[in-house]
Amino acid sequence: MEFFTDLILLLDSTLRTATPLVLAGLAGLIAERSGIVDIGLEGKMLAAAFAAAAAAAVTGSPWAGLGAGIGASVALALLHGWVSIAQRGNQIVSGMAINIAVAGLAPTLANFWFRKGGQTPLLDDEARFSAITLPFADALADVPLLGGLYSELLSGHNLITYLTAAIVPLVAWMLYKTRFGLRLRAVGENPEAVDTAGISVTLLRYQAMIITGVLCGFAGTVLSTGLGGGFIRDMSAGKGYLALAAMIFGRWKPVPTLLACLLFGFVDALQGRLQGVDLPLIGEIPVQFTIMLPYVLTVVILAGFAGRMQAPKASGIPYEKDH
Amino acid sequence: MSQTIAIETRDLCKSFGDVKANDHISLSVPAGTVHGIVGENGAGKSTLLKMLFGFYHPDSGEVLVSGVSQSFTSPSDAMAVGIGMVHQHFMLVEPFTVLENIILGAEGSSKLDDAKGMARAKLLALEEQFGFNLPLDEPVETLSVGVRQRAEILKALYRGAETLILDEPTAVLTPQECVQLFELVSQLRDQGKTVLFVTHKLHEIMAITDNVTVIRAGKTVAERKTAETSSEELAELMVGAKVVRATARDANEATTARLALENVKATGDHGLMLKDINLQVLEGEVLGIAGVAGNGQTELLEIITGLRPVDVGKICFDGETISSPQEMTDPITLRRMGMAHVAEDRLKTGVVESMSARENAILGYQREQEFSRKGLLRLKAIAEKAAGYFESQDVRPRNPDLPIASFSGGNQQKLVIARELAQDPSLMVIGQPTRGVDIGAVTKIHDQITALRNAGKAILVVSADLDELLAISDRIAVMCEGEIVGTLNIEDATETKLGLMMAGNKGEAA
Repeated sequence: MEFFTDLILLLDSTLRTATPLVLAGLAGLIAERSGIVDIGLEGKMLAAAFAAAAAAAVTGSPWAGLGAGIGASVALALLHGWVSIAQRGNQIVSGMAINIAVAGLAPTLANFWFRKGGQTPLLDDEARFSAITLPFADALADVPLLGGLYSELLSGHNLITYLTAAIVPLVAWMLYKTRFGLRLRAVGENPEAVDTAGISVTLLRYQAMIITGVLCGFAGTVLSTGLGGGFIRDMSAGKGYLALAAMIFGRWKPVPTLLACLLFGFVDALQGRLQGVDLPLIGEIPVQFTIMLPYVLTVVILAGFAGRMQAPKASGIPYEKDH
Repeated sequence: MSQTIAIETRDLCKSFGDVKANDHISLSVPAGTVHGIVGENGAGKSTLLKMLFGFYHPDSGEVLVSGVSQSFTSPSDAMAVGIGMVHQHFMLVEPFTVLENIILGAEGSSKLDDAKGMARAKLLALEEQFGFNLPLDEPVETLSVGVRQRAEILKALYRGAETLILDEPTAVLTPQECVQLFELVSQLRDQGKTVLFVTHKLHEIMAITDNVTVIRAGKTVAERKTAETSSEELAELMVGAKVVRATARDANEATTARLALENVKATGDHGLMLKDINLQVLEGEVLGIAGVAGNGQTELLEIITGLRPVDVGKICFDGETISSPQEMTDPITLRRMGMAHVAEDRLKTGVVESMSARENAILGYQREQEFSRKGLLRLKAIAEKAAGYFESQDVRPRNPDLPIASFSGGNQQKLVIARELAQDPSLMVIGQPTRGVDIGAVTKIHDQITALRNAGKAILVVSADLDELLAISDRIAVMCEGEIVGTLNIEDATETKLGLMMAGNKGEAA
């Protein structure tokens, strides 16, 4: 029975850590499906985390935080869009520039405004997206097996995690069942075909960047106001890159991307549980090694599988009409 | 046949920088006919089409559709008045199904399932009417080129095209697929559609069109009823006839072959391009290769210079086999053996645009002792060499530090020729020696080729310019559809004979 409880806790923690990954993974997916490589997921997420925590700290409202987070992220996405679409710049350079700029700017602004060594003040529960207890969760907690699943695993997450569960099918529906999705997938494969069909490549790609920005905004907001209680320096900790890896592993498709993110989330949760635990035969694994796990997995997956993955053909290539 | 005019252009002009791609193009296409547009590669056909389809905006002149003047700002404007275009490179999204490709941009509903349902009914009717049978639910990437092309045509019809523009539609097709395409085109005409058929292949024009417009160097040079013309006349019109220049030539009695191609077959990017080529270039002669562009000349240059393998046969240079199906000598070795190459597409393979003229002056020879030692460039030697080229060839402006792209075409070519001459080659392979070169430089380049010949070197020149070949060659071989139709000695060569041979007429072969 103790093993079962451990497992439930592990999965519970998987869902939590996977939430920002799934959101960022979908954000990257939308961008690349439109033909724009977005390595700046990390920076957008971090910017959103800071903006959300700062706004929530000042106003006391998580909703203001969410608005600020999305606003900051969309602004950066549009900047990346402008470089990639209008200026036909190098998308990797633009994305990296955003990541580096935000990594420095966010703590600096935090220090300037809040004087807490680059952090935002610890948020009150009212200013956060805190855990929501689903109806009857307490009452059902004692029912064997299913009760535990419901009250421990499904109940007790923050609002954005539940929203994410709805966003995945929404994105899949949009991509495969709507006119916009058809055009989005087309523009990432063959923008010339879209152009000659009389649809604006520029407009489509900007629309995609806005969606990317919104999704990264959610991802960053959940980091600082859902999972955490404020902004701390480098709190995105490479999750933007992990999300990018998960998206590639998920073959630029929503559901496989979700599964890849859950896998990464699981490994991350596992490394948290393994810290300081005395394993049979092996003994205690030094914490430096356990923390490495998700990143080692990224390298293994990308080295092992990514070569065979077929990216959207026009991804990363600026569209030039006359040539 | 009705006498309404489907499409008319009046004095259309379009320039790119200094180049006049279209210079007062006027043509008129009666509704319900198949109208051919012929011209060599680079004659300005694509530019014209892009203006008809709203991709480019003309600098001046008018496009009229059914008698109404139009000003297209995008392809959707052109589609709105019933013009559909099948591009040479298909505008299809490969992972999408045929159905998805056809509805893209004309979905009719924001819900994809509804859009597909509505389209399917309409498409089945269209397929019935024009005799299509396309696998609507197969991804395009699994289909053959011919089927993809039909999907493109159906896509245009679905959008209500009354006039279809087909840009080089047979370039990528197998002969069987061509036959099917011709049947489809006749079917379209019978159903009252107008077709603009653009090609550089004359037999297709003769086979399928009612009228034909010939374009040369951006100008309309003739409009004919197909029934009243011949492929010979069209070939002459396409290539043009100008005054023949003569350059002093020494007599040449040598019989030693420097370069020999024996029964060579080779594959191009779109299938078999060279079919059984036999060719010799002797010491002290200039062999010219004539032909309408796109008949295998590019591939011929590539197999000789070590850029493309041969499938059958062999190529010998000074008695040594340099290419056969088993092995191909690489360009570095060929250069060291004494073969110099002035590339046909200068900007793509002759120079590196963003590098300085000085660096370009040694490109291809940078490994030689003269220019590098132990992996380090000998900058002083290179600078001196480049300066020497600039003087001897009168390259302007006299600044080797400028990127090569900022020189004019003529000056670039002068530098490239100086570079290739400097190694004292025994065989010089030259593609389009004076393409994009100003008149002043042309004579100088021709004189240098003749001087090289008089010094006993062997020279192979591929040129789209008949006048040029007549001026500098000792013999002219004519290529058509991947074959050498025949070879004429310069004394026997005339514009008319060459024109006939370029149209594939073997009767004149000497």
